Amino acid sequence: MRLVARPNRNSPLRDAMMPVAAVAASLLICAVLILLAGANPLTAFGIMAKAAFWGKFAAPLILSGLAALVALRTRFWNIGGEGQIIVGAMAAAWVGALTSLPTPLLIPFMLIGAALAGAALAAVPASLKTRLGVDEVVSTLMLNFIVMYLMQALLSGPWKDPVTGWTNSPSILRAAEFPVFWKGTRLHLGVLVAFLAVGVVGVIMKRTTLGLSMKIVGENPRAARHAGLDVTRVTLAAALLSGALAGLAGAGEIGGIQFQAIASISSGYGYAGIGGALLARLSAAGIIPAALFIAAITTGADEMSRQTGVPFFIADAMQGICLIAVLVAMTLSRYQIRFRTSPERRATP
Amino acid sequence: MPTDTPILSLAGITKRFGGTTANKAVDFDLAPGEIVGLLGENGAGKTTLMNVVFGLYRPDEGIIRIDGQPVGIATTADAIALGIGMVHQHSHAVARHTVLENLMTGLPGRKGLLDRRSALRRLTEIGDAYGLRLDPDRPVGELAVGERQRLDIIRALFRKARVLILDEPTSVLTPQESEGLFSALRALRNDKVGIVFISHKLNEVRAITDRIVVMRRGEVVADVPNDGKLTNVGLASLMCGHEPERVVRQPRQRGEARLSLRGLRLTDTRHGGAAKAPIDLDIHAGEIVGIAGVSGNGQVRLAETVAGVEAAAAGEIGLDGNIVRDPSPRRMQAHGLAYIPEDRIGAGLVGSMPVRENMVLSRYVEAPFSRRGWLDWQAILDFARRQIAAYDVRPTDPHLPVGLLSGGNQQKAIIARELAFSPRVLVIAQPTRGLDVSAIAFVHRALMNLRDEGCAIMLISDDLDEIFQLSDRIAVMYEGEIVRDTPVEEATVPTVGLAMTEGRMAGRNAA
Repeated sequence: MRLVARPNRNSPLRDAMMPVAAVAASLLICAVLILLAGANPLTAFGIMAKAAFWGKFAAPLILSGLAALVALRTRFWNIGGEGQIIVGAMAAAWVGALTSLPTPLLIPFMLIGAALAGAALAAVPASLKTRLGVDEVVSTLMLNFIVMYLMQALLSGPWKDPVTGWTNSPSILRAAEFPVFWKGTRLHLGVLVAFLAVGVVGVIMKRTTLGLSMKIVGENPRAARHAGLDVTRVTLAAALLSGALAGLAGAGEIGGIQFQAIASISSGYGYAGIGGALLARLSAAGIIPAALFIAAITTGADEMSRQTGVPFFIADAMQGICLIAVLVAMTLSRYQIRFRTSPERRATP
Repeated sequence: MPTDTPILSLAGITKRFGGTTANKAVDFDLAPGEIVGLLGENGAGKTTLMNVVFGLYRPDEGIIRIDGQPVGIATTADAIALGIGMVHQHSHAVARHTVLENLMTGLPGRKGLLDRRSALRRLTEIGDAYGLRLDPDRPVGELAVGERQRLDIIRALFRKARVLILDEPTSVLTPQESEGLFSALRALRNDKVGIVFISHKLNEVRAITDRIVVMRRGEVVADVPNDGKLTNVGLASLMCGHEPERVVRQPRQRGEARLSLRGLRLTDTRHGGAAKAPIDLDIHAGEIVGIAGVSGNGQVRLAETVAGVEAAAAGEIGLDGNIVRDPSPRRMQAHGLAYIPEDRIGAGLVGSMPVRENMVLSRYVEAPFSRRGWLDWQAILDFARRQIAAYDVRPTDPHLPVGLLSGGNQQKAIIARELAFSPRVLVIAQPTRGLDVSAIAFVHRALMNLRDEGCAIMLISDDLDEIFQLSDRIAVMYEGEIVRDTPVEEATVPTVGLAMTEGRMAGRNAA
């Protein structure tokens, strides 16, 4: 048996089926894991599906997935989603709790402030890359830790909740809490923002010169330069957009879920978003199912372990298995499997 | 030699891909110690046939014999085991590893250990026998293109190849490197290695081969000894089935100066550092100025500098009499300069993107392709379809990734894009490198038409025949400066060639 490169590279059907197959394969492997842990996989998956639907984690994952998508399309390896979410959350918490803006302006400014903060943070590694050639994988990743510890310092110092004395920021004003569309659920304004962002990013990538420029720079920066594109500006624009989207995810967590900045405001959404973007094969519309799936695994496994006694780390294992499955599928889809025939039959008619 | 049993013999090889037949009942023999030239246009089936021999494709019909014995070749490993080596146009060596490490991969070690000492000895032996020398400890990533190719040939010899297939080996080489390759091939011939030499360069094929096989549309249409009576025109007619069109330059009154270089000093022409002397050059409307030179003397940098891709160390670029301040590719485009780089797929096109996008790669930010940042895909598609038809780009599907097109069609696509808006100045580098006879004629015709319409053209080429055929004036570059600049009527191949290798001294002596 051997692998042979497929001659025709473009097949929309195969491209669409690939993530589905990967997800199916990873679910199968996980089912075995759950079985080994002593629970019924079907019950477990049912709980996961239900948890995903309520979408607690879907909104930040959609936004951070979009952030990763925009960056990866331009080959700007933004691993800094986590830090950008955190600064977005801090900006939103500050606007929501500590400014005395008039009520109708409060929520819009929380969103704008969060987007600006995320973009500003992403601008740092982007400028380092375009001006000094500093590798952005390292700089974005390291910034995550800097930002995380800065936030913790802030929360245990100047921002400490004056009422309770805990390491939380003060709660945001009631008027700053995002409206909930469906009573009793967590479908808040941030979820709507996330879905709108999917549309906006989709339109940018497909219909605007900026989107085309980002794709060209991502696919072949040398050809981009020869064709007259300003590679520096396009990279910077992609980084800003990516950071802004991640920042919005932080705003959603503050305005819709936590109502105050806490140390664990983003428990890995920034990293999970990269997986989501890959699972979606860098298509904006694909981010929604991808985020729901990852959210299902994360929330669902938590819920599942509580209800069925399966250890919690299975969630992490499932995420890992799923991403590996997608990456393997992406590689394998460029090949076909051939079985070696006996030597006698080879070259003779 | 003809009395020997053929080392490689193909009988009735047929290979179909879907509905098309790439090889139709092809017979082909190769004797030990024979160099056979395999000619044909792109798509004639040369590479398919050799891929069948090398185990990359399985034939639908036909028999392969090695030393008269029928063999089955299902994989490249089978082919290598049978003593067949293939050197591709682009090397597949591992860039991070050293020369010796690359040579040792895939070789049987001793008791699971790599046998460095005997590998080193073999490398020295091959170097002594064929003049194929390489530093064993250099990382492959640092090797020049010609050296990488040498590595691939050495690798084949390491595996005791008796049949060596070279697929367009000289298309990436300088004339000097080609000469080195040829002397190695002659030494290999004396050691009874059979060599298949695939090339588009008819002069080289006539110089090096013993016999020439011409393929057209999957069939062998000629199999003739290279007895010195073959002509380029005769071979080209066999390849394309009709007398090839040779574009002839008609003398023409040139117009006003369109592109003016004043004191232009190039950066980093060879080993870092700016060029010693500045360049002063005018190119006029309706004039083709050929820039000749041994590759690596700053021609690429000159093109990139004039196109605004690279900054000059000093000096000015004028277009239509106005000095362009702070040149950038977009600014030069806005002044009516079009640029076609030598590296088509690396710098001229985005291979993974469709032809449609590539047709507007340098123009989609402008109307009618976009307005206020919004793309008009219908306008882009209409334009792409029109240009595909006008320049006969095949296949005609605008949605196909441009990387899947043949080299000739990629070049047609770039030309279709850059000539669409009647440029005032065109900078074009290596316009026909790697193209077949028909595509070359097409490109030459397009350039000549553009010149006759009054465009000023800077033509950079390693191919002296091309320079002499198309240029109104010939300038020679040597170590980043122009050392000679004369009308074509006053230039001869020896004087230009001397200036190419010896620089200004030769130019002065000749004058």
